[in-house]
Amino acid sequence: MAEVKVYGIFAGPFNRRVELALKLKGVEYEYIEEDRSNKSAELVKYNPIYKQVPVLVHNGKPICESLIILEYIDETWQAIAPLLPKDPYQRAMAHFLARLIDEKFVMAKYKVCYGKGEEKEKGRGETCEVLKYLDNELQDKIFFGGDNIGFVDIVASYVALWFGAIQEAIGVELLTKQKFPKLSKWIDEFLSCRIIMENLPPRETLVPLYKAQFEAATQKASS
Amino acid sequence: MTLAPQKEPESLSFKNNMAEEVVLLDYWPSPFGTRARIALAEKGISFIHKFEDLSNKSHLLMKMNPVQQRVPVLVHKGKPVCESDIIIQYIDEVWNHSFPLLPSEPYQRAKARFLVDFINKKVHESSVKVWMGAKEEQENGKKELLEWSKFLEGELGDKLYFGGDVFGFVDIALVPFYNWFIVFKTFANFNIIETECPKLVMWGDRCLNRDSVSKSLPTTDQVYQAYLEFKRGWAHG
Repeated sequence: MAEVKVYGIFAGPFNRRVELALKLKGVEYEYIEEDRSNKSAELVKYNPIYKQVPVLVHNGKPICESLIILEYIDETWQAIAPLLPKDPYQRAMAHFLARLIDEKFVMAKYKVCYGKGEEKEKGRGETCEVLKYLDNELQDKIFFGGDNIGFVDIVASYVALWFGAIQEAIGVELLTKQKFPKLSKWIDEFLSCRIIMENLPPRETLVPLYKAQFEAATQKASS
Repeated sequence: MTLAPQKEPESLSFKNNMAEEVVLLDYWPSPFGTRARIALAEKGISFIHKFEDLSNKSHLLMKMNPVQQRVPVLVHKGKPVCESDIIIQYIDEVWNHSFPLLPSEPYQRAKARFLVDFINKKVHESSVKVWMGAKEEQENGKKELLEWSKFLEGELGDKLYFGGDVFGFVDIALVPFYNWFIVFKTFANFNIIETECPKLVMWGDRCLNRDSVSKSLPTTDQVYQAYLEFKRGWAHG
């Protein structure tokens, strides 16, 4: 039995984060692909509350929720590629940024995609607000983690890749080089890293998925 | 609207003599603000307590938390830390001389974080249904809270606290919501916990008797008054 298992889905941004962290740390793992419409008994056993990916199972013990898994990975395999800063204030800031992406940004993106009128406009505003905050936080660093990819970079892969695919799929362009120069530079740098290219799904595979999702939701709304 | 605490902030000052370095931006009835208060009290940290009028947020709050614009915010040496569970972990890491609030072992830490995240999402969400929902939604909220309470009781088991023998992170995160359950008994007929989750109720009583908790918790009346004010505010748009 593999010591480390990851339950995920191919296009899943949250489980890909977990895999990135393990790859950065050089930790071997077994990957199990889940079918969202037919979840495995193991997934439900390991994550009875949410019944969703990702789940990391280490020596038979499950850990759920991607940010919690990332921190667990960092605390368990400390010697290589530290993901979170040592300084308590920097750590708190990293957690705050991650939370901002996973809560405010994801909700705002949802409003942009599926909201109507005022709600859609509010979503656009909130999306740009988070993007601006991230842009400012980068300052002159190559990565959010400094010289190396860290916790926030891994979490922000959602912005770099998945949000890019969503924009293309629904035909909006909020994240521009003009409005967010540092963030755009970070995206180019981040996505061209070998470990990122090897471990994230190609954008061309994500765009049609989001297009189909968007069209299905739009059709459902109008019927 | 500002609800002042029942007890004076001076009663929260302890050994630490760098009070000018620690400021808590807070709102007395907030369960999230309560968490930060309890953590500071557990560690014996003296601090300046500033209460916000949420209908007229201070310049300091807007400067310290521009993107979420909400309390609590811990300002330490001029730098803001936001989000109550992030604040508790920060406090635990900086003031690490005594009484660790989180376990030291990574898997136990992950479990504790998961439970706190669960409380932030599920317990909070269902509680809001009980506060704000019309009859049917309120009933759904109560059903959900019973389900979450049973889950939490299972996690607690026969331990004194969620972390074992010592009061800590998960207890701090949950006890302000347990305080809400007491209020729910009065206006929403939420009585089921005593019979269905006796261990959780014993845990609740144990926590409420703790000095750091009793000094930090709003009274159930203050919580209920705040809820009425919110409802009035919403009625006016």
